[in-house]
Formats: sequence, structure tokens, C-alpha cells
Amino acid sequence: MILRSTRRKITNIVMFTITGLCTFVAVSVLFFILGYLLWQGGQALNWNFFTKLPAPVGETGGGFANAIVGSAKLLMLAALIGIPIGFLGGVYLAEFGGQTTTFIVRYTTDLLNGVPSIIIGIFAYALIVVPMGHFSTLAGGIALGVLMIPITVRNTEEFLRSVPNTLREGALALGATKWRAVATVVVPAALPGITTGILLAVARVAGETAPLLFTAFGNRFWSPGWNQPTASLPDTIFKYAIAPYEDWNQQAWAAGLVLLSLVLATNIAARLILRRQTRTSRG
Amino acid sequence: MQPTTTATDGPGARRRARTFTGQLQNGDRIAHFTTFIFAAAIIVITVVLFYELYASSSLTREKFGWRFLTGATWDPVALEFGALPFIYGTLVTSILALIIGVPLGVGAAIFLAELAPVRMSAVLAFIIELLAAVPSVIYGLLAIFTLVPFLRDYIAPVLEGTLCFLPLFQGASYGFSLLAGGCILAIMILPFIISISREVLLAVPREQREASLALGATRWETAWHVAVPYARPGIIGSIFLALARALGETMAVTMVIGNAPRINLSLFAPGYSIAAAIANEFSEATSNMHVSALIELGFVLFCITILVNAVARLLILMTTRKGSAA
Repeated sequence: MILRSTRRKITNIVMFTITGLCTFVAVSVLFFILGYLLWQGGQALNWNFFTKLPAPVGETGGGFANAIVGSAKLLMLAALIGIPIGFLGGVYLAEFGGQTTTFIVRYTTDLLNGVPSIIIGIFAYALIVVPMGHFSTLAGGIALGVLMIPITVRNTEEFLRSVPNTLREGALALGATKWRAVATVVVPAALPGITTGILLAVARVAGETAPLLFTAFGNRFWSPGWNQPTASLPDTIFKYAIAPYEDWNQQAWAAGLVLLSLVLATNIAARLILRRQTRTSRG
Repeated sequence: MQPTTTATDGPGARRRARTFTGQLQNGDRIAHFTTFIFAAAIIVITVVLFYELYASSSLTREKFGWRFLTGATWDPVALEFGALPFIYGTLVTSILALIIGVPLGVGAAIFLAELAPVRMSAVLAFIIELLAAVPSVIYGLLAIFTLVPFLRDYIAPVLEGTLCFLPLFQGASYGFSLLAGGCILAIMILPFIISISREVLLAVPREQREASLALGATRWETAWHVAVPYARPGIIGSIFLALARALGETMAVTMVIGNAPRINLSLFAPGYSIAAAIANEFSEATSNMHVSALIELGFVLFCITILVNAVARLLILMTTRKGSAA
């Protein structure tokens, strides 16, 4: 009897250690990524990186100024497409939709969310690149925008649903029509959550590479306007990482460090804000 | 809905109010309609996406038919397209990712939800969430320079030495291989398995655990015999979601899998996945036939991921229903 209970206690401790090790492995991946990028990318990062164009093959130096601007333009376009459709679609799901339509729209959104990003790239290629006849910022931005839609919809819907029903009823009882109640009471109450959700969605598509490969394509020079192929940070990292030149690889590390810092900083800020809000609204 | 503020005014005011509320009612209709348009846009986009994939791959669909899925040669120059090497590579890397990732992920989820102190668990879960936000091209970048040499120099010789009787672990190892693709995918799906499984486990009612502990079970026994069985469909759902991710993951796999369209039993051999093939060849495809073949590959991938996603959602739905019923 004593033996059996010791065996059970030992099993408990052993499994505690094993699952703890699993967690340790998972968590240490993030620190490994961060540490390695800081070490490798920190060496290659300098002021030129932010201000210069890529150097021609064979020359050292140069920077990724065009990729940074290109990424910013792509994200702006993506936000212009993703936010209105995502936000209003989410409002429809949470506030206006009937049972059947809500089910269909939500199911489709989940479906779209599960589509691999490279297939969204094919979509933008067939829809924009083929009719236009060439790669462009526009096509890349639309691909990223489509990727943003399902994330924003689900976020918006979730935060609107977490607004207490008493607020809605209060507004309606004071004589507000439904849309006024939604526009002046419900949406403002959920707005901080919705905005941070949108921020997270932007951070998510900022790192997407696959849908840009054959829509924005990449460019070694500036890309004025919206109709020409453009460089972007993730795409440049990909091309410089698989290149056989050592100084290109170094620059890929630097670009990786910049991209990861931006994405992680946005994520940490957004999640901390979200956490504080849910805590205050509960307490 | 009667406006209360105008009830004591004259009939003229009441009429004005009626038209005013009438306008507001219209506003309701306008708001409903506007949001509906945007919600419908999502459906339109998805339908167009499906149609484009289907229509743009008509060339190869008509020429090869079902042979496209079973053919093993991929030769863009001879216009001979068979998708089997890519399907094989996609499946092998994804299954490998699950074999490595599921025990680690579920173990970590059990630790975070059941065994770890609450505050520590919150911090660690936060870090895991951040891990899910790391772009895949960054995983690929790190994998090229750390994982690939590590597998080639340390893991492959060990596996070859101990498990050489299996055809899986034979042949020369160059690092860029199916094994590397599977390993990087395992690392990438970990945060998804952990955070969803943890949430499902946390949704298990407290009374279940307390009853088990009160009967004298240890913490581990409670976790393994009470909480995990209760949350099982949800955990399996999280695994299917992770599988869907792994099947469609592009950049990191493209960077380490070796990109050779051959079917090779050895995990040390380079392979090719569907997504990687599209990523590498699409912008270089010159013939219409080649583009059509790549889009059909995309169509195949689309159908597989939708199927896997649907199963995952169904399983997660089943758990949450059970939870609300209990």
C-alpha cells in the first residue's frame, strides 16, 4: 500500500517535470529566435539600412529603405480594404444579422481564415495581376487586405458580443433606434478592443511573405505610385536569406530583426492594453 | 416605437416626429443594409476565390484529369505535370510535424492549465501567444542557418546509427530535407496547439477537478484522468487546426525542404511541398500550362485545408456544446 502511494507520488513528480520541460522547450524557442536575431542582425544593422537602396550584386553596403517604404504602402492599402469590410462585417454579425445569414457569413469567414495565404496570393494574381498585365503594389495590398478581413471580422464580432446587453437595452429604452444604439453606445464601448484587434491583424499580415511573391513581386529600386512592383520587408528577407552571398545573408538578419521587433512590439503593446481593459471591465 | 418626448406637443409636432422617426427607422434599414453589403462581400470574395482557382486551372484539368493527382513526374519543360511528389511532401512534413509537435504541445498545455502556478502560467501563455505572432519567413531564416546544419551534423548521424534498419532513415543527409521541413513545422504549430488546448482545458468545470482531488488523486492523475478526457474533442480539434496550418504553411518550408520534386522514402532526402512549389515556380512559369498546373495545385491544397478545417471546427463545437450542457 505504501509502495503504491509512493509510486503514484513519483509518477506525479515525473509527469510534472516532463510537461514542464515541454513548456520550457516551447517558450525557449522565442528567446532563441530573439537572441539569435539580436546577435546576428545587430551586427549588420546600421543607419544605411534605413536610408539606402540595396547595393548592386557584388558591392557591399546598401540598405532596405525601399522595402520599408514598400511594406508601409502595402499595409496602408491592406488596412484600407481589410478594416471597412472586416469592421462592418463584424457589426453585421454581432448586431444586425438574422440567424441563417449570420451562420452562413460566420462559416464563410472561418473558411476564408483557414485558406493558406499563398492561395490568397493566387487569387490576387488572377484578379489583379493578369488583367493589368504586370505585378504591382496594388495587387500585393489587395492580397494582404483579403487576409486581414476574416481576422478583423471575428475580432470585431467577439468584442461587440462582449458588450453587456443591458447597455443595448438601456439605449433602446431611452428611445434610440437600433442603429443609433449601435453607433453611439455599443461600438464605442467595444472600440478599444476592436482597435487593438485591428492592430494585431495588421501586425499579422505585416509578416506575410507568400501572397506577395507573385503580386508585389519585389523590386531593387523605389516603386513610385501603386502600379509598379514593389519591395517589401518580408519578401526581401526571403530573397536575401536564400541567396548564396554572405553579406546578403547578413542583411537578411538585419531586416529580420527590424521586422520581428516591429511585430513583437505591436503584439506586446496591444495585448497588454487588452489585458488591462478586460481586467478593469471585470473589476 | 412611439417617441415619448413629443407626446405632449401639438398634432403638427407629432406629425413631424413621425416623419423624423420614420427617417430614423429608415436609418435602421440603411445601417442594416450597409453592414449586410460588407458581410456579403466576404461571401462574394470566397466564392470568387473558389471560382478563380477552379476556372484558372481548366487547362491542366482537361488535359490530365485525375491523372494529375497520381502522376509522379513534374516536368514543366515537357509539359508533363503530376502532383504526387508535392502531395507526398506536404503530407509527410505535416505528419512529421504532428508526431513531434502534438506530444510537446499537449504536454505543455497540460502543464500550463493544470499543474503550473497561476501567475507563472499566465506569463508563459503570454510568451506562447507571442510565438504565434512571429512571421513564418523569420522561422525560415533561422531554420536555414541553425536547424538545417544542426540536423545534418548531429541528429541525422544519430538516427542513421540507431534506426538504420528503417528505410526512413537511410541515405546521405544534406540538411535541406523533409526532416527539416517537418521539424520547422512542428515548432511553428506548437503555439497553436498549446494555446487552444490550454483554453479548452481551462474550460473544464472546477468541480470535476475538485471531486477528483477530494478522492485522493494526485494533481497529475486529476489532469490526465479527469480534465484531459473531458476536453479531448477540443484538444483533437486544436490538433486538426494545427494540421491545417501545417499543410498550408509556405515560406519556412520552402526555405528548408530542399525543393526537389521526387518521391523519396528517406526523410533525409530533399522533397517539395504543394505550397513551396507554388511559391517557387509561380512567378517564373512561362507557359499557360505550367501556370494552370500550379493553380490546380493550389486548388488541391485549398480543398484539403478546407476539409481539415471543417473537421476541426466540428470537434471544437462539440466540446463547447458539451461544456455548456454540463
